Amino acid sequence: MADTGVVETLLQRIEKVDDGVDSLEVASSLGVDHQVIVGAVKSLQALGDVISAELRSSKRWELTEEGTEIAEQGSHEARVFSSIPLEGLGQSELMKLSFGKIGFSKAMSNKWIRVDKAHEGGPRIFRTVEKIEDQVREKLLLVKKGDMTQLEEKEKNELKKRKLLSEVTVKSYWISKGNSFSTTVTKQEAELTPEMIANGSWKEKKFKPYNFEALGVAPDCGHLHPLMKVRTQFRQIFLEMGFTEMPTNNFIESSFWNFDSLFQPQQHPARDQHDTFFLSDPALAHEFPQDYLERVKKVHSEGGFGSQGYKYDWKIEEAQKNILRTHTTAVSARMLYKLAQQKFTPVKYFSIDRVFRNETLDATHLAEFHQIEGVVADYGLTLGDLMGILHQFFTKLGLKKWVEVGNSGVFRPEMLLPMGLPEDVSVIAWGLSLERPTMIKYGINNIRELVGHKVNLQMVYDSPICRLES
Amino acid sequence: MPTVGVKRDLLFKALGRTYTDEEFDELCFEFGLELDEITSEKEIISREQGDSKASGASDIILYKIDVPANRYDLLCLEGLVRGLKVFKNKLEAPRYRRVSPANGEPQRLIITKETAAVRPYAVAAVLRNITFTQERYDSFIELQEKLHQNICRKRSLVAIGTHDLDTISGPFTYTAKPPGDICFKPLNQTKEYTATQLMSLYKTDSHLRHYLHIIEDKPAYPVIYDSNGVVLSMPPIINGDHSKIALKTKNVFIECTATDLTKAKTVLDMMVTMFSEYCFFSALITWFKLSSEFINRKVGINESTEKIAQLLTRMCLLSQVTGVGDEIEVEIPPTRSDVIHACDIMEDAAMAYGFNNIPRTTPRTYTVANQFPLNKLTELLRQDLAAAGFTEALNFALCSQEDIADKLGKKIADTRAVHISNPKTAEFQVARTTLLPGLLKTVAANRKMPLPLKLFEISDVVLKDETKDVGARNSRRFCAVYYNKSPGFEVIHGLLDRTMQLLEVKSARGTGYHIQAADDSTFFPGRCAEIFVSGKSVGRLGVLHPDVINRFELTMPCSALEMDLEPFL
Repeated sequence: MADTGVVETLLQRIEKVDDGVDSLEVASSLGVDHQVIVGAVKSLQALGDVISAELRSSKRWELTEEGTEIAEQGSHEARVFSSIPLEGLGQSELMKLSFGKIGFSKAMSNKWIRVDKAHEGGPRIFRTVEKIEDQVREKLLLVKKGDMTQLEEKEKNELKKRKLLSEVTVKSYWISKGNSFSTTVTKQEAELTPEMIANGSWKEKKFKPYNFEALGVAPDCGHLHPLMKVRTQFRQIFLEMGFTEMPTNNFIESSFWNFDSLFQPQQHPARDQHDTFFLSDPALAHEFPQDYLERVKKVHSEGGFGSQGYKYDWKIEEAQKNILRTHTTAVSARMLYKLAQQKFTPVKYFSIDRVFRNETLDATHLAEFHQIEGVVADYGLTLGDLMGILHQFFTKLGLKKWVEVGNSGVFRPEMLLPMGLPEDVSVIAWGLSLERPTMIKYGINNIRELVGHKVNLQMVYDSPICRLES
Repeated sequence: MPTVGVKRDLLFKALGRTYTDEEFDELCFEFGLELDEITSEKEIISREQGDSKASGASDIILYKIDVPANRYDLLCLEGLVRGLKVFKNKLEAPRYRRVSPANGEPQRLIITKETAAVRPYAVAAVLRNITFTQERYDSFIELQEKLHQNICRKRSLVAIGTHDLDTISGPFTYTAKPPGDICFKPLNQTKEYTATQLMSLYKTDSHLRHYLHIIEDKPAYPVIYDSNGVVLSMPPIINGDHSKIALKTKNVFIECTATDLTKAKTVLDMMVTMFSEYCFFSALITWFKLSSEFINRKVGINESTEKIAQLLTRMCLLSQVTGVGDEIEVEIPPTRSDVIHACDIMEDAAMAYGFNNIPRTTPRTYTVANQFPLNKLTELLRQDLAAAGFTEALNFALCSQEDIADKLGKKIADTRAVHISNPKTAEFQVARTTLLPGLLKTVAANRKMPLPLKLFEISDVVLKDETKDVGARNSRRFCAVYYNKSPGFEVIHGLLDRTMQLLEVKSARGTGYHIQAADDSTFFPGRCAEIFVSGKSVGRLGVLHPDVINRFELTMPCSALEMDLEPFL
C-alpha cells in the first residue's frame, strides 16, 4: 500500500474537480516525485472501481544535465567573459577553468574577446566589448519555466545539437472518479483465514478480487502412458463383447506354434532371417504334442483334410527353431489346440500383447509392437458373421475407417482339423496393431515419441483420457 | 505383399478402356488388390536420388499395385489384365493346354544323379512361335525377376533360365560338375571363364553376388548343356551368353532348377501361362468338385448352384454344374497354384460376390468373458501407482547385452537372458531380464524435464527356464525409479510400502513383507535392500551405484525398486 497520506490527499483533489486531475500536475503541486503519485494510483486501482485512471503520454523538452548547469550559471562563453578582468588573463590560466576550452572558442567567435599572442609571459586574453548578452542561458531558462512558445524551431534544434536540450516522452495518468468513488479507503484482504471464519470478521471485510484469467497450479500427480490407456479401452471393448483374455505372456515361441501350426509353409518369406528374430540361446524348443506334430507334418508335406498340402519336405528342425513370436496368433493356436483336446464348447478369445519383427525401422515401424487380436470359434460361422462382428467391434471404436488398419479372416481347415477340432467348427479372427490407432488418437507422427525410452514425457503428462468412440 | 509396377496407359490399352484413378482403385479393391501408389519413374528417381538425377527419366504414369503374396499369376501386366478382364466378364477364363511341336518330337531334359547333392530338381518347357515387342520383352524379364524375388526365395528354391531355342539343340542335360571343370562365356561377357573364376568375378557384382552363397561351398556346381556341349546356364547364378534371348527370339526354352519340385512346377507354369497369349505352351490342370451348399454355408449367402458356378468362372476358375445334386466341378488352371483346398474356392466365390454384399450377421456364440488374472492385477495396480504420483513408461522388450549386464555392473552369463541370433543392430541382442535399464534410458532421454522424475513400468521380462517347452518364460515385473538432487530412498521405500498396502500384504517378518540389507553391484554399497514376502525374495530396492548412473549418462542420484508381481496372484 502506498503512503496513505498521499492516497487520501489525491482522493480529496479528485473529489474537488469535476473532470479529473493529471498525475504530473498533482506531483508538482504536492512537491513529491511523480512515482509516488503513480504508486498511489496503482494501489487505488487494486481496490476496485474507486478511481478511473487513464494512461496518457506526451512529449516535452527537458534540459540536459549540461543545460541545467548553464541555466543556473550561465553559458560557458559568458562565464569565460566574466572570468577575464580588465587587465586580461593568461591563456594558460583560462584553460585551467572547467568551462575554459569550450567557452574560449565560442567567446572568440562571438568576438567578445581577443588574444594577444605576442604578450610577454605568453599569450594573454582581453575583453573586446564591455557588456554581453547571454542568449543561450536566457533561452534555456525559458525552457525550464516550460515556456516553449517563445523559442523558434531552429533555436530548439541548435540547443539540442549542443546537447543542452532533449525531447522526452512523459507518461502520466489522467485520474477521475470511479463508480464507487469515496475519499476514505478500507484495506482489502487477500484471503479468507480461519480467524475470520471463527470471529465472523469476514462479514465486515472487503476481499481483493481474483484474477480468473490466470491458470491454476498444476496438481502433483503421476500419469498413465497413452498407449496403455488405449490398451485399457480395447480390453474393455473385448470384455464388453464377452471375449476372454488369452495368456500371452510368452514372448519366446517355437516356429512350430508360430508358423507350422498355422499352416504357414517352411519356405514362407515371413520365416526368413530378414523378418523374424531367431534365438541362439535357447535355440530350439524341445517339447511338442507328438501326434499333433505328425498331423501338421502330414498336412504340409502330403495334404489331407481335403487339402492338397504344399507338397514339400517338412522338417522338424525348422519347426523346432525358437523365435520371438511374430504375432499373438501363435497363442491363439495353442489355445485352439487346447480347446480341441476337450469336449468342444464355443469360445471368444482376445489378446493385446507384444510381437516382434526383424524389420527395417522407420517413423511408423519398430522391431516390436502390440498386436490386438480377436478370435471366435463356433459351429457354422460364416464370412457374414466375420463381417458382422468386425462391424460391431469397429463401431465400438467409433471410427469405421479403422477397418483399414487391420486384417481379418477365417482360419484354414489345414490349421484347425489337425488340432482335432470338429469339422463343422469355423474359427474367425481379426487383428490390428495397438500403436496405429493410438498414434491417430493422440496425433503422434513419430512412433519413437510414443514407444520406447525416447518417449516425450511431456506428451505423456499432457495426454487426455482415452475415449475411443469420441 | 509383392508390389507390381505397370504403365498405366499400357494397362488401360490392354484392358480395353480407361479408368479414373478412383475407379481403378475401386476395381482393385473389388478384386482383392490394392492400388498402392500412382507415380512415375521420374518421381521415383527424384525421391530416392534427388531431382538432378531424375531430369532425364520418363514421366509415364506408373501404377504400383499390391498383389497378395501367393497370387503369382498377377505379378505381371499380362496376368493382371487377364485376371481383371475375366473378373469383369470381358474375357472367358482361359483354358491352357499343351501343344506338341510341328515335328511331334518334344524336347527332353535329362537330369543326372550328380545334381542330387546340390540342386536336385529341374523342369522345362518351350514357348513356341512367340512374338516379342519391347514392352512384352520387358515384362517377360520383369516377371522372371519378380518370381525370383518372391516364390523362388531369391533363387534359393527355384532359379529360372530362358534361352533362344534356335541357338541350341536338344536333348539337354542337367548335371553337376566340379567348378574347375565348368567353362563357358557367361551372359554379357566377352570371354570364357571357369566356374571358379566366375565366382570371384561376381563377388563384386551388385546384383549377382547375393546368389553366390547358394552353391559357393558345394563340391559340384549345377550346369545345363545342350547336345553339342554348349552351356545354357549355371543355375542359380548365370546363363550362358550363347543362348541369350532377344527381341527377335521366336522359340523360348525355359528351364527351372530347384530344391523344391512343387515350387519349380508352379514357377514354370507361371512363366509359360503368362506369355501364352503371345504363343502356344504346355501346362497341367487340376480339378475340384464341391457343393454349392458348402459355399453358401461358409460365406453366409443363399445363391443358386448356377450363380455360384458363374461367380467362380469370373475368378478364372472355370466352373460347371455337373447335375449331380448341387455339385460344381471347378477347373483350376496352372496359374492358380494357390488353390489347394475347397476353402480357397469359397474365398474366390465370396470375392466375386463382393464382400460388401454379404449380409452382416451376428454370431450367436454365447460366452462369459474372463480377464487373464495377471493382466487384471497389472491393470489395477497401474492405476494406483499413477495415483501415487509415478508416471508410466513403456520400454522395449529387446535391448543390448550391455544394457542388462555391463551397465548395471553385472555379468551377462549371470542374467539368464535369451539371446537373439540375427539382430540387425546391438539394440536387439537380447530380451531384457530387468525393467531398470529401460526406465533409466527414459530418464536420460528426458533430462530436460523438471525434477523429480518419478517413473514406473509394469511389464514382462524374459528368462531362460528349462522347464518350459521353448526353454524360456516371461516374468511380470514392477519397476520404479526416483531421480532427483537427493537419492530419495525414502520415496522409493514409501512406494514399496504403498504397493504392499495395495496388494494387502502387511509389514511383518515371516507372514508379511520386510526388507533386509543386501549386496548388489547395481546399487551403492550399504544402500540396497532385498524385499521378502512370506520369507521369499521378490525383488530389490536401493540407491543406484554412481557408476551405473554414469553409464546411463545421468548426473543426479537415483533410487530404484524392481520386484516380481507373479507371487501376488
